Amino acid sequence: MTPVPAPAHVHFSEAAALRRDFAAIAQWIKPGAKVLDLGCGDGSLLGYLRDARDVRGYGIEKDDANVLACVRNGINLIQMNLEEGLAGFEAQSFDVVILSQTLQAMYNTDRIVQEMLRVGKEAIVTFPNFGFWRHRLQLILGNMPVSKNLPYQWYDTPNVHLCTISDFDNYCRTHHVTVRERLVITEGKTIHLLPNLLGSLAIYRCGHA
Amino acid sequence: MREILSVGIVAPQSAHFSEPLTLKSGATLPAWDLVYETYGTLDAEKSNAILVCHALSGTHHVAGRHHESDTHAGWWDNMIGPGKPLDTNKYFVIGVNNLGGCHGSTGPSSTNPETGKPWGSNFPLVTVEDWVKTQAQLASKLGIHSLAAVVGGSLGGMQALQWTLTYPDRVRNALVIAAAPNLTAQNMAFNEVARQAIITDPEFHNGDYYEHGVVPRRGLRIARMLGHITYLSDDAMGAKFGRKLRSGEIKYSFDVEFEMESYLRYQGDKFAGEFDANTYLRMTRALDYYDPATAFDGNLSAALAQARANFLVISFTSDWRFSPARSREIVKALLDNERDVTYAELTAAHGHDAFLMEDPHYHAIVRAYLENAA
Repeated sequence: MTPVPAPAHVHFSEAAALRRDFAAIAQWIKPGAKVLDLGCGDGSLLGYLRDARDVRGYGIEKDDANVLACVRNGINLIQMNLEEGLAGFEAQSFDVVILSQTLQAMYNTDRIVQEMLRVGKEAIVTFPNFGFWRHRLQLILGNMPVSKNLPYQWYDTPNVHLCTISDFDNYCRTHHVTVRERLVITEGKTIHLLPNLLGSLAIYRCGHA
Repeated sequence: MREILSVGIVAPQSAHFSEPLTLKSGATLPAWDLVYETYGTLDAEKSNAILVCHALSGTHHVAGRHHESDTHAGWWDNMIGPGKPLDTNKYFVIGVNNLGGCHGSTGPSSTNPETGKPWGSNFPLVTVEDWVKTQAQLASKLGIHSLAAVVGGSLGGMQALQWTLTYPDRVRNALVIAAAPNLTAQNMAFNEVARQAIITDPEFHNGDYYEHGVVPRRGLRIARMLGHITYLSDDAMGAKFGRKLRSGEIKYSFDVEFEMESYLRYQGDKFAGEFDANTYLRMTRALDYYDPATAFDGNLSAALAQARANFLVISFTSDWRFSPARSREIVKALLDNERDVTYAELTAAHGHDAFLMEDPHYHAIVRAYLENAA
């Protein structure tokens, strides 16, 4: 595959400077790796990984506007619905499969994680931590949490399976998923102390048990 | 606005090839002509050419008009022109009438130099591979080695795909729209009914109707009516005609009673008056025969391993004749080979015909892809 140079008008490295999670994901990806990004949006992460890690990347999106954005950004994009799994992708055909802040919007959560591990040698999953103290505080005060990572009102949200870091750890333990590495960040800073309380975004590197 | 973006008045050209051509079937044509049109300007490096391949009934007349009072523009005029998705300000676009056609390229209705009579039943069967081979000779004649893109819908999409296999180093991008890697049995069955309608027409005369001064109109008309049913979705037909009666009341007759019948008869009559039945037979056979995986034990991924181009594959949700599932087979084979591929599955109500329709999102995808294409 010949890597396609990024169109001149796209500056993925600038976008990524604002996205600490992009840099965190990139550090786990070997140069030249073959990467599949599920729910890739406008292709920003893949564009960044292409520039920073020279990856051979493909994105999956179902939304028309995002599909068009990816084409404009010169990203390889397959339009399909992740809820139906990853039919058409061979087992272990990607080095890394990424699910960036999409886990919480999936109906078939378990199925997609298992599919990621079927298609990828490794899976990177990121999600907003519902256990973040600001979310807990809003609940104690009597409201559904709304924050930078959870920017939706309860009546108008794509999120159907929100979870805490502790919940996801339990899921991995009980569903044959090995957590190889975990990074928790808040406002771009790494959180080591009480991650389930103080972390707003969780980034996991997972493999087969 | 439409006229401003048009390529304007265009004139077909003809290229003569005097070297004998051996076809996939083994038959040979001693000499042959291809009729084509071009839009835009070929750049100094001859690197900005896009070939548009036509489908079953298409022609070389893809865009623009032949004269000021021409009521119909080329068949893909909404896609091609200055500022349009295939932007003729940037690209040099070529439309060609395929070999075996009936719009000027050598075909069954052309004169066989050996007999001085129309080829008729003696004109050989042509394949997608033959078309690609002849299109490549036309490109060479125009001084073009490498095409920026080959674009086609339906049977045209099969040609775009085949280009990447026959000439991997001569095509940089393939836009494979509403196509399939081969036809399903059901799809071939429609073709067989269409052919039987033509062949059993008493005026077919085993394909040599020219010398009898007749054409198998009835057969061709029914073939086209059948085709039109399969090009539209159930929903599109429902929305367009529903159960609407032509005169508002049932007349207990076999005349046109429902609007849908009026549409089919009109399309059938129009087509039967302007298209050659022998060409129609051969075009449907080319569809039936196409299957690049055959030579690889049915393994499409192995067949597509030869491709080097970047791909844009597009399908339409309501297209049941060339369904999205068939396009996804192409995409899977490309993914298996780690090709650069983008696949857009467009929500559309019009069925197979959607690939010819002007839809903002569809056109935006094609435009964006070609803006980035190297």
